[in-house]
Amino acid sequence: MVSAYRVTGATGDFEVVIGLEVHAQVTSKAKLFSGASTEFGAEPNSHVSLVDAAMPGMLPVLNGECVRQAVRTGMALEARINPWSRFDRKNYFYADLPQGYQISQLYFPVVGEGAIEIEVGEVTKTIGIERLHLEQDAGKLIHDQLPGQSLVDLNRCGVALMEIVSKPDMTSPEEAGAYVKKLRSILRYVGSCDGNMEQGSMRADVNVSVRRAGEPLGTRCEIKNVNSIRFVQAAIEYEARRQVEIIEDGGAIVQETRLFDPDRGETRSLRSKEDAHDYRYFPDPDLLPVELDEAFLAECRTSLPELPDAKRRRYEEGLGIPAYNAAVLTAEVETSRWFEAMLSETGDPQAKAASNWIIGDLFGALNRIGRSIEDSPVTPAQGAELLRLIADGTLSNTLGKQVFEIMVETGEDPAAIVEARGLKQTSDTGAIEAAIADVMASNADMVADYRGGKDKLFGFFVGQVMKAMAGKANPGIVNDLLKKAFGDPV
Amino acid sequence: MTDLTSLGVAQLRDGFRGGDMSAREIADAFNASVAAGRGLNAFVTETPENALAAADRADRDRASGALKPLSGIPLGIKDLFATEGVRATAGSRILGDFAPPYESTVTAKLFAAGAGMLGKLNMDEFAMGSSNETSAFGAVVSPWRRSDGGNMSLTPGGSSGGSAAAVAARLAPGVTGTDTGGSIRQPAAFTGISGIKPTYGRCSRWGVVAFASSLDQAGPLARDVRDCAILLEAMSGYDPKDSTSLDAPVPAWEQGLSSDLKGKRVGVPREYRIDGVPAEIDAMWERGVQWLRDAGAEIVEISLPHTKYALPTYYIIAPAEASSNLARYDGVRYGARVAAEGGLAEMYGATRDAGFGAEVKRRIMIGTYVLSAGFYDAYFTKAQRVRALIVRDFARAFEACDVILTPTAPSAAFGIGEKTDDPIAMYLNDVFAVPASLAGLPAMSVPGGVDGQGLPLGLQIIGRAMDEQGVLNAGLAIEERSGFTTRPEAWW
Repeated sequence: MVSAYRVTGATGDFEVVIGLEVHAQVTSKAKLFSGASTEFGAEPNSHVSLVDAAMPGMLPVLNGECVRQAVRTGMALEARINPWSRFDRKNYFYADLPQGYQISQLYFPVVGEGAIEIEVGEVTKTIGIERLHLEQDAGKLIHDQLPGQSLVDLNRCGVALMEIVSKPDMTSPEEAGAYVKKLRSILRYVGSCDGNMEQGSMRADVNVSVRRAGEPLGTRCEIKNVNSIRFVQAAIEYEARRQVEIIEDGGAIVQETRLFDPDRGETRSLRSKEDAHDYRYFPDPDLLPVELDEAFLAECRTSLPELPDAKRRRYEEGLGIPAYNAAVLTAEVETSRWFEAMLSETGDPQAKAASNWIIGDLFGALNRIGRSIEDSPVTPAQGAELLRLIADGTLSNTLGKQVFEIMVETGEDPAAIVEARGLKQTSDTGAIEAAIADVMASNADMVADYRGGKDKLFGFFVGQVMKAMAGKANPGIVNDLLKKAFGDPV
Repeated sequence: MTDLTSLGVAQLRDGFRGGDMSAREIADAFNASVAAGRGLNAFVTETPENALAAADRADRDRASGALKPLSGIPLGIKDLFATEGVRATAGSRILGDFAPPYESTVTAKLFAAGAGMLGKLNMDEFAMGSSNETSAFGAVVSPWRRSDGGNMSLTPGGSSGGSAAAVAARLAPGVTGTDTGGSIRQPAAFTGISGIKPTYGRCSRWGVVAFASSLDQAGPLARDVRDCAILLEAMSGYDPKDSTSLDAPVPAWEQGLSSDLKGKRVGVPREYRIDGVPAEIDAMWERGVQWLRDAGAEIVEISLPHTKYALPTYYIIAPAEASSNLARYDGVRYGARVAAEGGLAEMYGATRDAGFGAEVKRRIMIGTYVLSAGFYDAYFTKAQRVRALIVRDFARAFEACDVILTPTAPSAAFGIGEKTDDPIAMYLNDVFAVPASLAGLPAMSVPGGVDGQGLPLGLQIIGRAMDEQGVLNAGLAIEERSGFTTRPEAWW
């Protein structure tokens, strides 16, 4: 299915064809082939084993946990898991690559074809996954610390990456953005990658080509190492326009690797196909093929959590949560965890109210104070208690909001706040009737106007009574008693 | 007292245990022998203090009744093994004065078993060579000379040339070697000693500088079969740090030695009779067949039909792996670095140009070529397929026999410089050794006699995977019958 997205050139409209290769750092304590730590932000070269530094005679030993994470991810992508896979060497020289080759999986990846469902606007679309394979990350070069010299930091060198290759099934920047977002969500649900794009745990190589409707695929360019969803979209927009302009000027697209410059919002040529490396892939003779047995696969399968699509269906169909709420609550694993923790306190019948409260009040407050749901000052149990206090009439909606503001500020329990600050709603009819009498007495002309037919003044009286009651009166009772006082039917 | 250097591993071990001599005396004798043998250029680094320290420990252990299997035995270590704190060169300039901060699994096992280290042995650069002439530290000179009186310097073979020369010249009772395509067996044959390459995976490759990972195997060279069995037992064993290591118990090979071959079938492959091989080699082979028959074995003719493709297959696979394995020597982290105008690529180029010798460069070029886009299928993929056929050849042959007997090399030792300019002639030296390497099978060379010039010739025994015992036993049967006692006269 092709989206409505078109690049309009001088001679007509062009479709855009997009495929993504996402590199996701595997969540694992140790590297893919060595025992060195994968911790982020350590002193340069403090997490480097003899294997990572490619000392003479050192040999890689596969970290089974990385394979497990890749297989679990493959299962979450509903992909074919290959019970037999193999590691190959990708040979090239660079100072961030001590071995002179990267150990990767070209010929026999651990995971084969799968699919991801994305939504753009109201449209749901399936994006094919071509493959997922494991490979080593490279180290880092630092060029700006010593004049004329480059420094090498091998902390990242050898860290396990999953390369997840999509089919060229996306046709707009929005679809590409939705794909990365959804993939990131799945990885975080599975726990196989933290999805942290700022720290480089997830980055995308974006393949873009353009064509006129009905034409065969155009020549593609690959934009390397794009590290945010926004940049992925911006890079595609720029690159598609650039290619259309070249074609319309009578030129031809040269297959090449390009870089996205976020400051200028443009892509730049890095190297053309002619300069492309010949990586001389061949099976790594230091490693045995990876053979997965049934017990291993079964463990991977049973260790998988409920995934976002299934969860969303359950929220909608099982809990009766509105579709929009279910989508929002399941988009990120942390949100759904928070919601489900709250639900375990409120009980399922409160699911809809809880979902509304999270998306409205809680998200609003978190947004305002600039915190994510993982470090929300209010706990799910406190949220549940607040809802209960509102439901049982202890707090009016208005009082509830006041109490919530204090919870956000102090992290205190709602009941304690109500107790300490006397914010409890009152249903004491005597006190309310006294307040009504006072209000009517001091606003005699308004009372006359109301009785004369100015119905709209009713709200004014409610407000005055509430004010007199310092906001703590039960609004339903105020309504009823006011109507009674005016002799209106209740 | 007898000259201690005339004794082998088992004799020294037993004599030391029995109190005939101290470990200190043994170490002193061999240290002196190493120093006196410098003219052979067998050692690139001498470590007499290491041998003495181990000897003193052995003497203390003997006093306290805590003898270890190799207590009192000083060994030479091929310079391909990483030895903690001691320079490891791999016979190359590119490693500079690199002294690894770690010990290879094999040497660690030997030292834990009580052995000491006399020094690091010269070798062909990165184990690439069959004559020891490619070493950056100069060729090793064989202690053997032709009987023609010409006194031409002969090669001890390679790549474990320093290892073989050291044993033959009595500079060490036993040594480690490595064998990728004959590098233990051919030098053993050239120098009249024994050497065994075990089943691929028996000895850990961890800490052994890699040449061709799918072929590299460590093994011992020593004066006789028993000594080889003793040393191999100490070197072998599963190592979780090497993914290709064999996860199997190490048999008690020395204890299992028996030269009674009744009920055993010895295969003689017809494809190993090749044109141009001197008649003396064939004659020795015939004698070997007879000795094994005398030992009780049944002789069967077998066929290994893909033998003729083994050498070209080897010279695709080994350089391919080497071209990748040697990429790490780039001057960035350790070893020699040659600064060059320009950038990183220029530094790489200058470093590798100065650091690698001609043979290593040739093999890197061959390996790079056969892995290149457009050539990969024609060379590498095809070679992998042929390798599988060679493995199948052996599997079928071992349905009809228990061990296979062949010559080790197609000639006796040649002169230094005689084949330097003809790589193909040099490569042909490994024609009999390479098939067992490609199939990962245990294979050993034992002396089979001397040629008309008085130079040693070797017989090769190839066994089933994991059947080192069968190989050693056939070797022992030959050893007991060949009466090979000739030794080079000490001229150095």
